[in-house]
Amino acid sequence: MITLTWVYVIAGVAFAAFAMFNLIDKANPRRFGNAAFWGLMAVSMWAGDLLGDFGNGLLVLALVAIAGFGGLGKTKADEVPEATKNQRAAKYGNGLFAIALVIPATALAGTFLFKQFPAYFDVKQVTLISLALGVLLALAVGHAWLRAAPALPLSQGRRLMDSVGWAAILPQMLASLGAVFALAGVGDVVGGVIQQAIPAGSLVGAVIAFGVGMALFTMIMGNAFAAFPVMVAAIGMPLLIKQYHGDPAIICAIGMLAGFCGTLMTPMAANFNLVPAALLELKDENAVVKMQIATAVPLLIVNIALIYFLAFR
Amino acid sequence: MWVLLGIAVIVIGFMLRFNPLLVIIASAAVTGIAAGLDVHAIISAFGKAFNDARYVSIVWIVLPVIGMLEAFGLQARARGLISGLKGATTGRLLAGYLLMRQATAAVGLTSVAGHPQTVRPLVAPMAEAAAEKQAGTLHDKQREEVKAFSAATDNIGLFFGEDIFLAIGSILLMKGLLEQYGIILEPFELSVWAIPTAIAAFVIHGFRLWLLDRRLNAQAASVTAKDKAA
Repeated sequence: MITLTWVYVIAGVAFAAFAMFNLIDKANPRRFGNAAFWGLMAVSMWAGDLLGDFGNGLLVLALVAIAGFGGLGKTKADEVPEATKNQRAAKYGNGLFAIALVIPATALAGTFLFKQFPAYFDVKQVTLISLALGVLLALAVGHAWLRAAPALPLSQGRRLMDSVGWAAILPQMLASLGAVFALAGVGDVVGGVIQQAIPAGSLVGAVIAFGVGMALFTMIMGNAFAAFPVMVAAIGMPLLIKQYHGDPAIICAIGMLAGFCGTLMTPMAANFNLVPAALLELKDENAVVKMQIATAVPLLIVNIALIYFLAFR
Repeated sequence: MWVLLGIAVIVIGFMLRFNPLLVIIASAAVTGIAAGLDVHAIISAFGKAFNDARYVSIVWIVLPVIGMLEAFGLQARARGLISGLKGATTGRLLAGYLLMRQATAAVGLTSVAGHPQTVRPLVAPMAEAAAEKQAGTLHDKQREEVKAFSAATDNIGLFFGEDIFLAIGSILLMKGLLEQYGIILEPFELSVWAIPTAIAAFVIHGFRLWLLDRRLNAQAASVTAKDKAA
């Protein structure tokens, strides 16, 4: 059966290649740091299940030590001159879009198709499996039609990977921090604090506390999933549902979306907010967060109003 | 109460702009110690979670494809396509992308688009080209603004589309949690209530995109007026 393990093998190959290209690159003054960093990521992808929990923890500490103390650099090598790019673009024209769309198209088709064969594919992971397949297909098409040298995608991918740098593992790191928070019971303590802050006997006050609390706690945790159980236990269940007899489906569904408004406003949601700033090579790493605030705040108000007017009819 | 120190470490560390990876490790250490865990247990808990969350980092395998296509001038082609299109504006382009992202996410296709897959190679260069066409020339700050708008539009489309899908993680989380309280709901009863917010998100963000278009057009107009005056 094809599971995520196969995708991890492919991801490991990619990270190993990023490490190798750095290792032999004399134009990058920190090439050993980069090579070690992506090399460790390859080890994690390939052998993470064999390392044990403590071993994986040590691997994380090594990653943080390399990145946290300035061990990562960027190369000047492998940059393709604009003139070459424009010349090639003129030659291949809009066919380039077709290759770019191979990945989403395969992800789309694979998601529906592979679900029909639960004996061969892990149905819970079909989209990620299809995504990996799409990458391989796009590379094959690129090799056949563009006559791209086999090393070109990896050396160019390495350049993009290094421009993202340590931000690439931030999402995974924050997910892990969430696990430590859960183990330490941080959520229950925060819930207790918030419960004390609500004025007694006010439905509007409770609804606002629920919505704003979802957004704020999501901003701290970087993830609405971590905030949700805490806020439901602190306000949603005891007050909105039990005391004021609100509709649980509406309170939960829209409460979660109030949390998503918080996700838009925090650097802690790294994969959505910091990673794109790195990918787009923005000067201000918080530019995406700042841009989203003017949509997130009005939308949060709308969500709170929706809960108030829909859930308590 | 002491476990809240971990949150304080996060907030202060991010504010003082320490490397976020160091801040996260420091926060995990402080939280764990405050909760009475020993160092071995903290490292193990962190390592286990890191290993379980590897799927988050799979998306980087698209970079070799994006790198290859960019070396063949994909971004230039994306810009060329837009500058050849009459009536293409930054706002309309991004509003169209917003709608498409919400619609695909609403049927569960959250990974078909995203920052590495679509925003960097296609959406951002297209939005930039459209803005150039509208405003004449762009200064660096505007370039940044248009790029940040492209990334923001992707996030907003994803967040306020995905919960309409029945089998997305957050819907299953809600169902599971409510069951613990003895409330049994079907995923459909939850996901249908994501629709009003999805519409509101499109209206609010769409309005901001319309304002962006107006600003870019106004700039072009003032440049032309100046040219005439000169």
